Amino acid sequence: MRAPTRGPFDAAPPPAAARMLPAASVMLASLVTIWPFITSFPILPPLALMMLLGWRLTRPAVFPIWAALPLGFFDDLLSGQPLGNAMLLWTLCFFVIDLIDQRLVFRDFWQDWLIASGSIGFCLIAGRLIATPLGAHVDTVLLFQFVIASLLFPFVARFCVWLDRKRQGA
Amino acid sequence: MAPSRNRRPGFSRRAQYGLFLGYVIAVAGSLVGAVLLALATLDPPAFAALRASMAEVTTPVSSGIAGVGRGIASVPSSIGSYVAVRDKNVALQKQLDDIHAMLMRARSLSYENRRLKSLLHMREYIAGPVVAARLVSSSAASTRRYAVLNAGSWQGVRVGQPVRGPEGLIGRILETGPNSSRVLLLSDPESIVPVRRTRDGLPALAAGRGDGLLDIRSAASAAIAFEPGDVFVTSGAGGIYSPNVPVAQVIRRSRDIALARTYAQPDTLDFALVQQAFMPPEPPAPAPPSKSAPAP
Repeated sequence: MRAPTRGPFDAAPPPAAARMLPAASVMLASLVTIWPFITSFPILPPLALMMLLGWRLTRPAVFPIWAALPLGFFDDLLSGQPLGNAMLLWTLCFFVIDLIDQRLVFRDFWQDWLIASGSIGFCLIAGRLIATPLGAHVDTVLLFQFVIASLLFPFVARFCVWLDRKRQGA
Repeated sequence: MAPSRNRRPGFSRRAQYGLFLGYVIAVAGSLVGAVLLALATLDPPAFAALRASMAEVTTPVSSGIAGVGRGIASVPSSIGSYVAVRDKNVALQKQLDDIHAMLMRARSLSYENRRLKSLLHMREYIAGPVVAARLVSSSAASTRRYAVLNAGSWQGVRVGQPVRGPEGLIGRILETGPNSSRVLLLSDPESIVPVRRTRDGLPALAAGRGDGLLDIRSAASAAIAFEPGDVFVTSGAGGIYSPNVPVAQVIRRSRDIALARTYAQPDTLDFALVQQAFMPPEPPAPAPPSKSAPAP
């Protein structure tokens, strides 16, 4: 993706830790489900997806387009959804965001927020349809989960930007 | 904001091919994801080994954090109990006196019960406990309701064994790893437990709704009325759950399908007891009538 050789005036490549930081932050967000509490309904927002979208929308260059696959695989192992759920849905989100990047080149944060909310809603609803039988009474809770996730997204995006600044500064 | 992502990475062929290859990998990977998803939906325990090995890594972390949390949570209560110990002592003494009479009566009843049962030659199968462990984490972001238990096949936990807490039934074991296992909670939309009403033994099914409550569906003929406060315990039908474990209490008056709240509110603070799968003793098989081939 980058030019293979570094010219004499190019900046030094970031150290490995800094390059791994975005992926590590998404995986840490997946690991929030191992926090020891037992919920009787799905109340935790999909933090890993929000983190991934935060990185993708604020810093488009940090993730290659296939990055959603391994991160989604890791999330599937922890989240309780059937395996392949996040792999497929997150990659589809990446494709759609890539398309929007071509069509809607100049955007501000409101549009990014809308895109992120749409992606989160798509992943939550599709995940519910895949994992849970249609008769289950989870739709109200799912709506709350979606609203909470959408409202939290700006904070997650700011957090990604802050992490990126730390990463560049380090 | 100016577009920062340039889709053409310059004239370098190698960089262009790299970008193209990224798209190829993404498309192929999403197809693989779709296939995996189809496999996992058709055959849910298909990737249990992968999840179990991940749970092996995460369970010690969860139980460590839970232990620290328990230690912190116990500080205010121990201070409070130190202050209130005298009043508590008086109250407990009074309660003990009250209960003593009841205990005497229960003892005699239990003795009588045993005697009557031996008169009837009833064989009872006691589902022995396998292990007591703690639930350490749950699927908080998913619409399914799973929890991870801090004990696995090395401790004798097997797939299908029921899990109960001090107050009542919690669920059953779905997947096991060496030191951790995954529990399907009662409130999962795919959990169904055969139950009966304590009042009159009415058979019913307790199905999870996904929002923390249960649906009690009458398994008998129609026009069954459920009253708020009706208590349901496991019936032992189906051979998984041992009978007479409290399951749920009806919240609202209704007919045929009632909303119920589970007795056990699973919590990381409490122990969960894994029991052996209940299998009712086989009735003595009558001697099969010898079906000899028609004589030539």
